[in-house]
Order: sequence, then C-alpha cells, then structure tokens
Amino acid sequence: MITVKGVTPIDGISAFRRLFSCKKNKKIICKALKRSLLVSLWFVFLTFPIMVIKVNPVERTVSWRWGNIFYVAIGSFVISLLAKAWLVRKERLAARQQAAACPARDSIIHDLLQRPGYRYPLIILFSGVALVFPHLFSTYQANIMTTALMYIVLGLGLNIVVGVAGLLDLGYVAFYAIGAYSYALLNLHFHLGFWAALPIGGLLAALFGVLLGFPVLRLRGDYLAIVTLGFGEIIRLILENWNAFSKGPSGISNIPRPGFFGVEMSLDQAMIYMYYLMIGLVILTIFVVNRLQHSRLGRAWLALREDEIACQAMGIDKTRIKLTAFALGAFWAGLIGVIFAAKTTFVNPASFTFMESAIILAIVVLGGMGSIVGVILGALILILLPEYLRALSEYRMLAFGAILVAMMIFKPEGLIAGVRRTYCFQGRKNAAALQDDE
Amino acid sequence: MDYFIELFLSGLTRGSIYALIALGYTMVYGIIGLINFAHGEIYMIGAFTSFIVATVLSIYGFPLAAIVVVAGVAAAIWSSAYGYTVEKIAYKPLRHAPRLAPLISAIGMSILLQNYVLLAQTSDFLPFPALIPEFAFMEPVAHIIGSSDLVILLTTTVVMLALTLLIKFTRIGKAMRATAQDRTMALLVGINVDRVISATFILGSALAAIGGLLIASHIGQINFAIGFIAGIKAFTAAVLGGIGSIPGAVLGSLVLGLTESFATGYVSSDYEDVFAFSLLVLILIFKPSGLLGKAEAKKV
Amino acid sequence: MMNKRMNKPILDVSGLTMDFGGIRALDHLDFDVQDKEIVALIGPNGAGKTTLFNCLTGIYRPSSGDIQLVCPETGEQTRLNDLKPNKITEKGMARTFQNIRLFSRMTVLENVMIGRHCRTRSLILGAILRDRRTREEEQETVNKSYEILEKIGLAGQVNEFAGNLSYGAQRRLEIGRALATEPFLLLLDEPAAGMNPQETAVLVALIRQIRDEGHAILLIEHDMKLVMTLSDRIVVMDYGEKIAQGTPAQIRTNREVIKAYLGEDVG
Ligand SMILES: Nc1ncnc2c1ncn2[C@@H]1O[C@H](COP(=O)(O)OP(=O)(O)OP(=O)(O)O)[C@@H](O)[C@H]1O
Ligand SMILES: [Mg+2]
Repeated sequence: MITVKGVTPIDGISAFRRLFSCKKNKKIICKALKRSLLVSLWFVFLTFPIMVIKVNPVERTVSWRWGNIFYVAIGSFVISLLAKAWLVRKERLAARQQAAACPARDSIIHDLLQRPGYRYPLIILFSGVALVFPHLFSTYQANIMTTALMYIVLGLGLNIVVGVAGLLDLGYVAFYAIGAYSYALLNLHFHLGFWAALPIGGLLAALFGVLLGFPVLRLRGDYLAIVTLGFGEIIRLILENWNAFSKGPSGISNIPRPGFFGVEMSLDQAMIYMYYLMIGLVILTIFVVNRLQHSRLGRAWLALREDEIACQAMGIDKTRIKLTAFALGAFWAGLIGVIFAAKTTFVNPASFTFMESAIILAIVVLGGMGSIVGVILGALILILLPEYLRALSEYRMLAFGAILVAMMIFKPEGLIAGVRRTYCFQGRKNAAALQDDE
Repeated sequence: MDYFIELFLSGLTRGSIYALIALGYTMVYGIIGLINFAHGEIYMIGAFTSFIVATVLSIYGFPLAAIVVVAGVAAAIWSSAYGYTVEKIAYKPLRHAPRLAPLISAIGMSILLQNYVLLAQTSDFLPFPALIPEFAFMEPVAHIIGSSDLVILLTTTVVMLALTLLIKFTRIGKAMRATAQDRTMALLVGINVDRVISATFILGSALAAIGGLLIASHIGQINFAIGFIAGIKAFTAAVLGGIGSIPGAVLGSLVLGLTESFATGYVSSDYEDVFAFSLLVLILIFKPSGLLGKAEAKKV
Repeated sequence: MMNKRMNKPILDVSGLTMDFGGIRALDHLDFDVQDKEIVALIGPNGAGKTTLFNCLTGIYRPSSGDIQLVCPETGEQTRLNDLKPNKITEKGMARTFQNIRLFSRMTVLENVMIGRHCRTRSLILGAILRDRRTREEEQETVNKSYEILEKIGLAGQVNEFAGNLSYGAQRRLEIGRALATEPFLLLLDEPAAGMNPQETAVLVALIRQIRDEGHAILLIEHDMKLVMTLSDRIVVMDYGEKIAQGTPAQIRTNREVIKAYLGEDVG
C-alpha cells in the first residue's frame, strides 16, 4: 500500500467524504468548482490571441500553439480554486478569532527570536553558516550569496521608506545608480579608492534624496510614487545620453575591486573578500535599521504611515520626518551602488531600470512591510530562488509582478509582519522594562 | 514655415494618440481615485492583438479594409477584456484597503502583463503591417502631413465626440458622472457602482486599444515594452490637464504632444523622453491640480 | 457675562471666515477662550464647528480673519493663521478628531508616545548610538506616557493595538495622545460621541480633572447634558455664524438658540 507521509489513501478518501458529507461544505465546493470552471473558460478566451497565435511577420507564417490553451485552462482553474479556498479559510479564521477573542499571534520566526532560549542559538547558528559558507561551497555560490546580501541591504533601505514611513518610492534605483556612478566617476577622474568612495557614494545618494525630497514630499501618496518613478527614469536617461559625463550607454569599465591593505588578491579571493564585506555591511545595516525603527524617529515614521494628518496634529514636522526617511533609505542604496560598481568592475545605465526598483519593492512587499526579518527572508527567496531554479529564472519578472498583486490581495502584511515593541510596567510609576527588539 | 507646420501637425497627431490613452487614466482616476498603472500595458496588449490579427489576416490574404476593421474590433474587445479582468483581480478586492495597496497591486499587474506578453510572444521589435494606405488626394501636402496622421486625427476626433456624447447622454454615462462625484451617494440612489467601475475600465481599455492600433501602424513596429513609456506619457498628459477631467486629458495630451514635437524638432531628439518626465515632475510639484482640475481641500 | 475675567484670553479669534468654493463654512466668527476655562461650542450638524477646529489647528487655511494664541505662562503671543499644524501644536494647542484618527496599527502606549514627539529632541545619531541622553529621554517619554495612560484609565492595555480598543477607549486615547503634547489649550471634537452613559460619566470626570490640572478646554459636543454640566461658557454656532454665547443658564433660555435647535432637547 502506498502511503504519503503516513496517510493512507483510504484516510484521504474518507477525509474527502467527510468534507462532502457536510451539506454546507458540499454547496460551497460545488459553487467554487463551477465558478472556477467559468473563470478558466474566461481565461482561455482572454489569453487566446497572445498565448495561442504566434506570427512571424517576416517569413509570413503563423504557428498555432493549441497546447497552451490546455495549460491556461488548468492553471487558471487551479489558481481560482486555491484563491477561493484561501478566502474561505481566512473568513472562517476571522470568525473563529472574533468568537474566541484570542489575540493575533506573532509569526513563528518572531516567536523564536523573542525567546532568549532560542534567540541566541539561532543567531549563532546563522552566523556560523554565514562564516563558513564560501568555504563549504564554491566561489560561484559565494558570489550569488553576495548578490543576495546586497539585495538584503537594498531591501532594508527601501523598507525604511516604503515599509515604515509608508512613502511609495518607485525611483529607488536612482540612488543605487548615484552610488555606483559616483564610485565609477570618482575613480575614473580622481583615482579615488573603494574605501573612500563608499561613504561618499552613500552620502551623495542621501543628499540627492534630500534634494529630491524637498519638492516632492508634500505630494499625495500616489503622486509621490509617480514623481519618484519619473525621477528614476530621468537619472537613467541622463546617464544614457550625456556621453561627456557618464560615457553614455557603453558605461564605465575597469573599476577596481575593493582593496585590502594593498594585498594582491586573486579573483577568487577578491570574491570571497567581497562576500565577507557584504556580511559585515548586512550586520551593520540590520543593527542601524533596527535601532532607527525603535526610536523616536521610527515611531514618527510609523505614525506618518498610519495617518498623516493626525501625525501633524500631534506636532510632528511631516516634511522633516519624510526627508530623513528618504535620505536614510537613499543612503543604503548609495552604499550598495558603490559595492555593485566594485563587484562587477563595470557600470552602465542598463543596470538601473525601473525593473530594478520593482524587484526591491517586491522584496519588501513579500517579506512584510516594516519587518526586518521579513525583508531578509524576502530578499533571500526572490534573489536565490531564480538563481538555483534556472528553469524559473525566465519567469522571474512575471513572478515578481504576480507576487506584488497576490501579496496585496491575500497577505498585505507580508510573510512576516513587523512586530511592535512591547513594554511591561511594574508597580505604579516604575521604570519600564523593555522587552527585546526585533 | 513648412517645418513649423509639419512639427505642429505631428505634435497634434502625437497628442491625439496620447489623448486616447490618457482618457483611460483620467476616467478611472475620476471614478475610483486610483492611478491605473497597468493601463499602459492594456494599450500594449491592444497593439499586440491588432498586430497578431492583422498579420494573420494579411497572411491569409484578406483585403486591407477587412483587416483594418477586424484588427480594430479585436484589439478593442481583447483590451477591454484585459482591462475588465485586471480590475476584478487586482483592484476590486482592495477597494477598502489602505491607499498604498491598490497602487502596489497596479504596479505588479503592469509588470505581470509586460512579462506575460514577453514570454508568450517575443522580446524582439516586430514590424507592424501598414494598415493605412497613402491616399492619392494627400499627394500635394504629403511633405507636411502624411496620410496616417490625417487618419489618426480624424479617428481620434470621432472617438472623442462619441465619448462625449456617451458620457453626456446615455444612462451609463450619467451613472459614471454620478459615481465620480460621490460614490457613496451614487450607491444610495441605486446605481450599481461595481458595474459602473467595470464599464469605465472597459471603455478606457477600448480607447487605449484604438490608440495602440493607430500608433503601432503609424510608427511601424511594436514590442512588449511600449506600454511603459506610452503609459507614463499619457499619465503626464492626464495630470497636465487635471486628472479626473475628461476635457483636461485631451487638452493636456495635445499640449504634451506639441511640446514634444517642437522640442525634438528644434532642440534635440536625444532627450525626448526626458522632456516628458521632467514636465511630469514639474507639474506635479508646482500645479498638481493641472490645467483644468480643481484643487481640493481634503475633508478632515 | 457677569464675571468676565480680567486676564487676557489665551485664544482670541476675530473675523474668522472660511470659504470652500461657494460654501461659506465660517462667517466672521469672533470668540475667545480664557485660561483654565471650559468653553463648549455647540450648534446643529453642519454648523461649521469642526471646520473651526481645522482652521484653528492649521489643517485648513482660513480665508480671512485672525487667530491669536497667547501662552499663559510666558505671555508670548503668536498669530496662528499661517502656521503649520505641527507648529501650532508645539505652541501649546492640541486637538482630538471627531472621526477618530488614532494610529491604529501602533500600540496604545506608542500612540501616546507620539504625542511626546514635539517635546523631545533626539534624532538620527541619537537613535543609532543610543547614548545616555537618548536613553534618558526615551525613558522619560515612556514614563510620562504611562502616567497619562493611567490617568485616562488605559494603563491595562499599553501593548494593545489602538485599533483593537473599544470605541469609548479610543476616544479617551485620543485625549491622552493630545495631552502628551503638553498643551495649555485642549480642543475636543465630540469626545462623548458614541459613548454609553457610564462611559460619558467617566469622561466628564476626566475632563474636569484635566481642567483642574491647569488646561483650558474648548469642546464641541452634541450631548447637551454634558455641555450644561461641564462648561463655564457656551458659544453657539449656526450656518458658520456665532448666534449666541454666554453661561449655560443664559444659553438655556436664549430664543435664537432654541430656534436653531428647534425640536432638540435643550435640557
Ligand atoms: N473640505 C471641505 N470642502 C468643502 N466643504 C466642506 C469641507 N469641510 C467642511 N465643509 C462644509 O462645511 C460645513 C460645515 O461642516 P463641519 O464639518 O464643520 O460641521 P460641524 O458643525 O462639525 O457638523 P457636525 O456636528 O455634523 O460634526 C458643511 O456644510 C460641510 O459640508
Ligand atoms: Mg463636526
């Protein structure tokens, strides 16, 4: 007898029977099946011209890909059923929760991180794996991991702006570009080294954040999104067209890798060095961002996200708070820009398209807006998965788009929702003891 | 002088195509207050559908007139279907969510649709069949205005007139205006708001599809990414005119088309897209209510 | 106004007018608030009371007129017309909202801590380094906020999300949040709306206590019993104009007021 995870087929069938024996369930399931059938028919119609027909206008031939209809039908049927199931489950959970009045639980990861018994072993485990990673696996693997680490920092930076302060910045990649080009250009013209360029790139990006922020931050949320998108594109187009300044589309090459006290390194060593550098930077970022979030400033950002008018009425200078969020977000993008230039030893405008901003946004949205652990998880999933599942990499951007939509509909708080700091008070007016940060 | 007139007319052509797309933005914004990021993609899908249909028909040897009509109708039908579906999937469940949610969902939809077409079709630029012939009677003025410009201008004028009549006099048009003014009130007086919203998406998408067909046959090639820039430009036009206002969208589009045409004609064509983006940023910063829009004080 | 106090008013509004397109929501309004006084602002729905609050707190920019705020301790006088809302709060006037505007996905304590924002200073570096000054400031913020929560009776729910509180508790939390900004004048927009009689009684006691601790209060309220028992003076508005003002006893018998409220129980 075949068993799956200890469940015999008989069990499965009887569970299925039980599901159907309840009249209410039966009705719901029948309805959902019917609906999904209609949905799948609709999608067959909808995708017909683009999925089925492919023309070659030069050779004047048409290929009819009828097989695709089949995939569309099955796919949309299954997705529609799953969506319906999710919604029903969510409704029931909500109803049950209301009935029992039990508080919503933190995610498992936060639960673990908050218990001292698990927190430190977990952290030690992670650091151990991170430290030996390049020696366990190939340099190639370390290189991919370095990229993922870079996206963690980018995600954490954007998280300040979008996740915490609630300002939808679609031009985040512009700050990344500013960082990259400031290293490339400073090195080209003034032979500035990596370590000197690193803070300059970050600060320059932050400065641009402030300069851009001044005029646009009084705009409403959706206009802000568009203006930042426009700004990102303007920066890219300028880099593409202003040949005298940026060498145009061909970009700048031969950018030196980061130095280590003048030690000559082989390519492999340089990559591993880069990996450790990024580990260090990620730790620094987590530390800083965590402290920022749990500070007077971080609270003000959250309040701003929740209700701008109430926030102002409580005496918070909206513009100033937004500017700091913008500048601090941009700072990390600038730093990573410098590192990107050093890692690839080459920059050109094609690396800084809107899609790059969209990827970083997807990381933040998937992980959980405002949640540090969430953003880290989001970056690892979205960057590593397509690297390791090569078959998927073609569908990468498609998936990112789908993730943005699906997360908003099904789980707007992300995989791991941010936690708020809690306090416990002893006695009437005693010092408040703080529980641990995230 | 001829050069000036040529630029002027090509600006008008450009502008009237932007208008077809901008109307979709403005109508949706007027009704549900959302920037429909995916609208540029709907336009791109319109262009692709008409490309596929037109090419298939021409391979099977249909006459030009039939090709034009069928391609146009197919583009409108499928774009509308996409617009309708996008609204149902990505926006409707988020009507009462925080403001950021539908916006992110819209961006996701835009990326999704772009890559869907990229994967299902191709990333190459495809030559679009010339659907508009060179008319003989246009010969004497051909150095100033091409036949396709003329057709575009005429088509958009007719479409705009039809739209105006539709919104002014039909039941659904009145329901749209009522919903745009006050959604809750419209609901209370028995207007089926969901249906009005769907109708708005369908109408806007159909207009974008016509724009897609026209611009593709005008420029002569298409690609999965054309929706992004066109979408941004049309959005710029809508904001320039005052988002939510239909005459504003038309006016803004014409102004944007003319500005671009003169700027590229007299200054430089390198920065063509920078003009549009800069204009967008400047308007939003200095006059976010646009030329014909009303500045609103938010009720607290 | 028999015993009109001799000291200068802390809030002095003259000729205040607010137009929305064609609608004149406020029409040459004059009134003042004295130190440590409870003034009630009443009037039928749509009279312009909330609009007045919005003008006072800088959320709307009035079309014309003059708003002066005088700090009772320093005597410093400020014209509020062109100030941003946060500046006005810093000057010492804080408000609550008619349609509750709490930060619902933040905890109760954090909501009050936000009120302390304009009385504290630490910024980026302080947040990152957590030096001694920042830690002390943070501790003080927590302590003061906790005290306020005890005062408004929410000390048991510090870590609850504000959005999960009961309606009455949310209204009290709004007051607590405003108190945290250390105002000398507190504006309350319908604080008793949606409360049951017990909750209202608690609220009345709370408002008295706040006044006794030295804050002046300007409050909008439809609950006439509350208004009559609580206020020192009443200003009555209708269609954006002030139609009467005086002590509760005077207002009770005022013809104009009765006309404006025709059909309503004026107690
Ligand atoms: N932002 C705005 N734009 C246009 N009109 C407004 C705006 N804000 C308020 N009004 C109008 O001003 C008038 C006064 O409204 P307001 O909210 O101040 O009344 P109110 O006295 O607070 O009433 P209630 O007791 O119902 O709260 C109303 O006619 C309202 O429609
Ligand atoms: Mg009111």
